[in-house]
Amino acid sequence: MRSERKKIFKIDWILLLVYFFLICFGLANIISSSISGENISLLDFNTLYGKQFIFIIISFVIIIISLTIEVKFYERFSSVFYLVCILFILGLFLFGNRVNGALSWYSFSGITLQPSEFMKVGVALAVAKFISDFQTNLKKPQDQIKIFLIIFLPVLLIVLQNDTGTSIVFLSLFFVLYREGISKIYLFIAFVILTVSILTIKTSISTVLFLSTILVILNYFYQNRKSRSLIKSILILIFSLSISIITNYTYSNVLKTHQKNYISVWLNLEKDPIKIKQMKRTILYNLNESEKAISSGGLSGKGYLEGTRTIGNFVPEQHSDYIFSSVGEEWGFLGSSFIIILYIILIIRIISLSEMQKNHFSRIYGYSVASIIFMHFMVNIGMVLGVTPTIGIPLPFLSYGGSSLLAFTLLLFIFIRLDANRINEW
Amino acid sequence: MRKFLFPIIVLVVGIIFIARLFYLQIYSTANYDIYEDNAIRKVFTYPKRGYIYDRNNVLLVSNQPSYDVMIIPREVQELDTLEFCSLLKISKDYLITKYKKTSKYSTRIPSVFLAHLSKQDYGYLSEKIRKYKGFYIQKRNLREYNTTIGANVLGYVAEVNRKNILNDDYYLKGDIIGKQGVEMSYEKYLRGVKGIEFIQKDRFNRDIGKYKNGALDIPSIPGKDLTITIDSKLQEYGELLMKNKRGAIVALEPKSGEILALVSSPSYNPNLLVGRERSKNYVELYKDSIYKPLIDKGLLSMFPPGSPFKILAGLTALQEKSITEESTIYCKGYYVYGKEKRRMNCHCGGGYRNIYNAISLSCNSYFADIYRKTIDSNNNTKKSFNQWSNHIKSFGLGNYLNNDLPIGKKGVIPDSEYYDRWYPDFKWGATTTLSNAIGQGEILTTPIQLANMTAAVANKGYYLTSHIIKNIDGDSIDIRFRTPIKTTIDSIYFEIMDKALFKVYESGTGKLLQIPGIEVNGKSGTAENFVKINKVKTQLSDHSIFVAYAPRENPKIAISVLVENAGYGSVWAGRIASLMIEEYLKKEISLKKIERLVINKSLKTEYLKPYLEKPFKINE
Repeated sequence: MRSERKKIFKIDWILLLVYFFLICFGLANIISSSISGENISLLDFNTLYGKQFIFIIISFVIIIISLTIEVKFYERFSSVFYLVCILFILGLFLFGNRVNGALSWYSFSGITLQPSEFMKVGVALAVAKFISDFQTNLKKPQDQIKIFLIIFLPVLLIVLQNDTGTSIVFLSLFFVLYREGISKIYLFIAFVILTVSILTIKTSISTVLFLSTILVILNYFYQNRKSRSLIKSILILIFSLSISIITNYTYSNVLKTHQKNYISVWLNLEKDPIKIKQMKRTILYNLNESEKAISSGGLSGKGYLEGTRTIGNFVPEQHSDYIFSSVGEEWGFLGSSFIIILYIILIIRIISLSEMQKNHFSRIYGYSVASIIFMHFMVNIGMVLGVTPTIGIPLPFLSYGGSSLLAFTLLLFIFIRLDANRINEW
Repeated sequence: MRKFLFPIIVLVVGIIFIARLFYLQIYSTANYDIYEDNAIRKVFTYPKRGYIYDRNNVLLVSNQPSYDVMIIPREVQELDTLEFCSLLKISKDYLITKYKKTSKYSTRIPSVFLAHLSKQDYGYLSEKIRKYKGFYIQKRNLREYNTTIGANVLGYVAEVNRKNILNDDYYLKGDIIGKQGVEMSYEKYLRGVKGIEFIQKDRFNRDIGKYKNGALDIPSIPGKDLTITIDSKLQEYGELLMKNKRGAIVALEPKSGEILALVSSPSYNPNLLVGRERSKNYVELYKDSIYKPLIDKGLLSMFPPGSPFKILAGLTALQEKSITEESTIYCKGYYVYGKEKRRMNCHCGGGYRNIYNAISLSCNSYFADIYRKTIDSNNNTKKSFNQWSNHIKSFGLGNYLNNDLPIGKKGVIPDSEYYDRWYPDFKWGATTTLSNAIGQGEILTTPIQLANMTAAVANKGYYLTSHIIKNIDGDSIDIRFRTPIKTTIDSIYFEIMDKALFKVYESGTGKLLQIPGIEVNGKSGTAENFVKINKVKTQLSDHSIFVAYAPRENPKIAISVLVENAGYGSVWAGRIASLMIEEYLKKEISLKKIERLVINKSLKTEYLKPYLEKPFKINE
């Protein structure tokens, strides 16, 4: 009994407070963005906020359970959890429901569940488990392949289910691999892929070829004679050229029109004002309305439940992916900056706690949690603010959505549980 | 190093986001303005338009509710078309076409389905309409005229046009504005100030309730009630007398300049320009090119005043000392002038004429003579002519009266420059312009100018700017209506004119127009008039003109009457003037025989003559 109580006090209160603040604030904003004049009753389960309220209560159950389970359990059963999640995702091909084109939902008697949300927990646990294994060495190619398999198996399945947005989140685990010693070359490759593909879409393949040739030549002569390698330089050149060609092909032949449009808007490719106007009414409608709502918030916002665009439901999906626009309108620059700072605190706190972990498993898991939350945070708020392309994934803890809330709660509180054990391990 | 990459990226992304927020929320937007927010519908609430009363507090214009059936096509459900159509008294075709039309405009925004229900229909329908989803009844305000007279004075209201909106940003498309008469002149008082309600919209542009429960709403300020100077009984009587005649009557109260009656004939029932038939009626009135009922003839008809002008010609000659009370000439029945020995006819019968009998018998020769004496009194023709012209103008002729009626005409009183332009290399003089002496020639006046001139004579030397407003809901009226304007004639000469004008009724052209118990001063006039028919200058029957004021001591009414193409002045115009005076001063008519004659007189055949495309006689 005594030790149980001790454990509770070792919980990281900063994370806990930020978590509670975010879910309460999220609920408040869901209320604001989903009501239309009627009285607010949290217990009215026909409303979105009423449903969210239930999910919050269920989250508390998950918190209690995840905090009472022994640390060893997570480590031992992580592979099992991973496999179960994979099975659930596979099951979607048979029993899944298609919502907005994505085959990512189970639905039984009115309750819907999105297994890909829980897959994040599974992957985080599996990655932590695999890397923390004393036999694993990320410098070895075979281990690299294994870890890529762990990460890319769910990515592949989710992409096949046409839920590209969710699959992108898993790429964030690259931060973990880098932290755990994977070769710098991957960072370099990631950087090359990103710049080359953006440059290709923005300009042309020949520009990419021209620029990369110059860079490679400069690099070749800048290096001292010993480390000069003609083959390496040519390989880099061929690599970037092929990336460029692949990107170009993908952009013009594989991507669907709306995806292409999102990218072309993001990169400012569309110059025709009439077409831009058209797009603002169609595919950019959400983004446009969301930016307008945020702009209209000004410094201190219009006040809670006073956001005219929020109350008028001008921003579709505002309670889920676009919840931040309601924050921007009703709480203004001060409120929304505060929320961004809270997320930064949350992520940095998880990172720094991870660094303090003696246990490898805990450290890697914590790092994974931070990466996943960060990816969601960056892609979601980036989308709402018009900084990144439109990719519809929820904002952790704030957006409406049961699966997302429960999965993030589980993700975070497993880490809090692991972290609470840090001192216990003496 | 590997430790720091991730935290640094997190921080950088955070900073980028906050910078972007700063750009969106602070840098690129000014402060939030509810008027710019298109999530808030700004609905104007229209105040009650002010009522209009006559000088005896008779309510002339008020408001009436009007009911429109509105439709929101999206919400319309299957209905029993037969029952619905018979309920609204519409055809099935109307229902279908109107439904399609409104759906095309917007399925979510309400449109008018059927405008202007009658009150009875409304009472019946308001119960039944609930059954039909997607339809409801909306109330709005229309003008209600509690009278059939004074359409030209009262004016009408209509939707603002583009020009109105450009000139005054108070107005928005669909707003109502006064378009004529008092409704136009006193628009700013009558309309009040509209208020604003803020309504929260959703993204489909539907109203979803009041914004902040109406805390920011601005209430409207009701329009002010007006009392106008018109005596509605006199106006009505004037319109009755002018039946089937074209022309105008303007009656003023000389002491105050108040317009007692402003009759323009033919007029129309102001109720024609209200409600469902409005545009049809308006087009009909507008198209009537013979009678032009929309033109206020009291304010806009310009014509040579004829003999009433002799009053001013006489006063001017007296003032310029070209004649005295005693000056006498001999009239041979015509007046010979100029090197070519031209003749001006005179109908006075001939004989010795002084100012008194020259006025009362309207002797042309006498006035031709004194005109020459006035203009040619010294060698400087231009100077004397301008002096003459200024005297005339001091009676309010030749310029706008600056009254509170939205329309008017300047008329023409020539000065020396005017003739210099006409005769650039010719030395013109009194004989060249002799027609001016008897109010013909270049001189043009409007009926209200003549009434104003009469008031100045009645007041013996001054007039007050004529006006239609008596009271604005307790506010005092414009100072310019309370400031007397002096004429340039000394008051002693008015005493002479007063006697002369009395003689008109006593023994002159107005002998048959005497009113028992009332001493009236007046002057008849007959003005020749020409029009162009198929580009040929053609003379039509003379206009009958009369001016008068009464009672002689302390005048209470000054009047001018114009009856177009009615011939000799003291007949029709004179009779009407006398009847109007009697009606106003005694409130009952003793001149029953004259009244009957006037009411039954129709000049319709006279007015058709120029349109018959065959030769016709005039002044039959």
